[in-house]
Formats: sequence, structure tokens, C-alpha cells
Amino acid sequence: MTGQRTTLPPAARAIVRGDRRALARAITAVENGAPEADLLLRSTYSRTGRVPIIGFAGPLGVGKSSLLSALVTQLRAAGTTVGVIAIDPSSPFSGGSVLGDRIRFERRADDTGVFFRSMASRGASGGVAAATRDVARLMDAAGFGVILVETVGSGQVDVAIREIASTRVVVLVPHLGDEVQTLKAGLFEIADIFCVNKSDLPGSETAERYLSELAGLGPGPDGWRARVVRTSATVPSGIPGLWSAIEEHERFVAGSDVHRQAERRRLSDEIVGRVRDELTRELTLRLEAEAELRRLVDQVVARKLDPRSAADRLVAEERR
Amino acid sequence: MVAKQRTRPIRVLIAKPGLDGHDRGAKIVARALRDAGMEVIYAGLRQTPEEIVRAALEEDVDLIGLSILSGAHMALFPRVLKLLKAEKASRIPVFAGGIIPDEDATRLRHLGIRAIFGPGTSLEEIVRTAEKLARAPP
Ligand SMILES: Nc1nc2c(ncn2[C@@H]2O[C@H](COP(=O)(O)OP(=O)(O)OP(=O)(O)O)[C@@H](O)[C@H]2O)c(=O)[nH]1
Ligand SMILES: [Mg+2]
Repeated sequence: MTGQRTTLPPAARAIVRGDRRALARAITAVENGAPEADLLLRSTYSRTGRVPIIGFAGPLGVGKSSLLSALVTQLRAAGTTVGVIAIDPSSPFSGGSVLGDRIRFERRADDTGVFFRSMASRGASGGVAAATRDVARLMDAAGFGVILVETVGSGQVDVAIREIASTRVVVLVPHLGDEVQTLKAGLFEIADIFCVNKSDLPGSETAERYLSELAGLGPGPDGWRARVVRTSATVPSGIPGLWSAIEEHERFVAGSDVHRQAERRRLSDEIVGRVRDELTRELTLRLEAEAELRRLVDQVVARKLDPRSAADRLVAEERR
Repeated sequence: MVAKQRTRPIRVLIAKPGLDGHDRGAKIVARALRDAGMEVIYAGLRQTPEEIVRAALEEDVDLIGLSILSGAHMALFPRVLKLLKAEKASRIPVFAGGIIPDEDATRLRHLGIRAIFGPGTSLEEIVRTAEKLARAPP
């Protein structure tokens, strides 16, 4: 069922009302793929979709969190409420993670206009994108005016930003080596805005020029030419310029047919993906319970039949 | 009995209230907990009790670890417990590490700090206790 405004379940009503604990618990449920998450996401979907999601990706330590903190200060001064999602990779060995982005955040013990949540990527790269999208939807339903997402730009994790952000900021620092690495990692194609942070350090003009030349090679497939801005998160300086560039891109997106198409595409993919997952699960259970599968496996084990032909027989069986 | 498989990682907040500027110990503990498979939200230095409780609630953690060397534990730890109680979040267990004299430790345990680790405690013991606390029914 779609969410009718009058039939919100209590936990969803609490989120929409601005109950921060309810939001925090709902995010946990989404991260864990818990059944409660499903109901919440269904019932609040109709209230989502209008909030800008600004993604920040870039190499380790370039100042993404510091930049977000400075942006939040500016946004709060303008009265805008902000949800922040900071993603760090999980260890492939232990599955654990140290989530340290909160450290750089200016202290706001009593400002309820900001909600900050750290998230571990938990392995699968497709998984983190889906979880981030759903967490962003919950923050959207809770009424935050803008959502900022931070990820380390390491190919695996930045899909979250690739797939869900409406504006994508790639953060770099003034050393050519880093930029080249970042471009290799494929971040260049996703950048709507390049942000040369730590511009209080020497070399930022060179980096800006270099990136401007690259961006000047031509607009992307959507017709947007990447902007280059210089900032220093710690001074701070250049923050209003960064925000103007983001707003400019948001306005561009709002009027762009390419982006409307991309949004349709993403939602279509989401639906198809869900159907596929559900049917795959069902089919797997059914096949594994079948005596015919066991007979075929016996033959394959004995090298009397090859796996492809065995699969063909089961497909033919399914289609009958 | 079948061993219960945990399907989700334990989330733990590690914070350092007080004014001293050394967080080596807290960082080492954070890494040990990560290596045990936990998601450690590392909040960093000089956190006020209000900031700690806010972070714990936003991050929806299963456990809070506080580290302190400055000697202000008798002021700061009870304040964290009191704020948690005010938020109806007393079921989040709190453990502590640092230089804490025995008499103070007894008093803090009485107030509701669930475990206290002195400077000589092995990481193994800290991890084991943290796991037990996070999994204990509220
Ligand atoms: N000089 C200078 N230092 C900065 C600036 N921005 C951030 N830093 C410093 O760079 C270091 C890393 O900053 P973070 O904000 O944690 O960087 P990050 O990109 O979020 O780091 P990860 O999340 O670990 O990838 C800190 O020591 C910051 O103080 C800046 O504009 N200028
Ligand atoms: Mg960061």
C-alpha cells in the first residue's frame, strides 16, 4: 500500500513529527535490513523526493568532513535544517569500522536543526548505495531541508554518491598527484563541482587552473560544465562560493530533462531490482527443494551431464 | 543450544570527555573494537556530556565507552548517566577507562557505570566485556 497521510503507522508518524530517536532507530532498521524498515519506507515514500542530496567524495583526508561542518554552519545561519550521512568503509577482515567523521564537526549539542549519522559501508557496494538512498529518504520524510552525504572516493564506496546525489562535489587538495589518482579512480566523470580545499596551502591556483582546463574540455552528457571552486574549510574561506555553485547546479537539475529521465531510470531500476531479488529468492527455494535438481546434480557430479545442459533442462521445465 | 548468530554489528560510541588532550588510549581501544567486528563511532576529544549523549542517540549505539585522564570523572560520568536517564536511554550500557581511583570506581559502579578499566587492562578483556555488555538484555 502507498502511504496515505491519514494512515501512517506510529513509528512513521513519529519520524514525520520530528522525533529524533524514532529517526535514529529507523535508520538502524534500514542499515540492518530489518522488517520494520520496510513498513516505514513504504508509508513515508509519498513525503519524499523534493530535498536536494549533495554528495561529497574525495581521497582520504582532503577535508570533506571539515567542509561539511563549515557548510552546515552557513546553512544553519540561513535557517536551513540539515541531515548529514557520513560513510566510511568497513574492514574487509573483521567487518568492523572506525567512523571518525563526527570529530571534525563543530559542536552543536542543542541544535535540533541538524542530524548527523555515521554509516559503515558493510561490504557490498550496491548495498551501501541502496541503504544510503533509504536513509536519505527517512531524513527527507523527517523534514530536513538539505541532505549532505560524505564518502571516501575509493571506487567501491562512492557509488552511494554516484547513484543518489543530485549534486556531486569532488573534493581535492592542491597537489597534482592526488588529482591524477582521483581522476584515475573515476571521480572525474561524476563531478558536477570540483572543490580544491586547503587553498590556504600553496599550489591551489595551479590545481584550480588544471581542473578548469579539464572541465573546459566540454560539458558532460547532461549539458552541465563542471565548476571549479577553491575553499579552505578551516580558515574558513570560499564556503559561500561553494554553496552558490551547488545551488546553481540544483537549479540546473530542476530544469533539466536529462535529469528527469535519469531519475525515472533510477526508480525503474530500483523496482526491477526488487522484483528480481524477490523472484530469485523464490525460485532458488523452489529449485533447491526439487528432486529433479538432485538427480541432475548426481549426473553432473558423475560427469554424465554438463552444468549448462542441466540448467537448460530446469529452465525448460520452469517454462512449461 | 545453537549459538546465536549475530546478524548486525554492535555499534559503540567512544568519546573522551574532559579537558586533557591525549586520546591515544581511546584510539587503541577503538581499533581493538573495530577488529572485533564492531562499528565504532569515534567522537574525539573534549566532548561535553551533552554532546556525548546526543551523539549516542543520533547514532543509535548499543554501547558507550568513555575515556578520561584528567581526573574530572566524578563530575562528568554521573552527568552522562543522568542525561541518558532524562532521555529514557538508561538501557544503553556505559563503560569507562582511564585513571580512576578505587573509591571513585566503586561509587561510579554504584551509579551505573557498568565496567571500569584501569591503565593495565588488556585489550582482550575490554573487547570481551564490551561484547557482553552490548548483548546483554536491557
Ligand atoms: N590547512 C587546511 N587543513 C584542512 C582544511 N580542511 C581540513 N583540513 C585538515 O585536514 C585534516 C583532515 O580533515 P577531514 O575534514 O577529517 O578530512 P576528510 O576528507 O573528511 O577525511 P576522511 O573522512 O578521513 O577521508 C584535518 O586535520 C583538518 O583539520 C583546510 O582547508 N586547510
Ligand atoms: Mg571525513
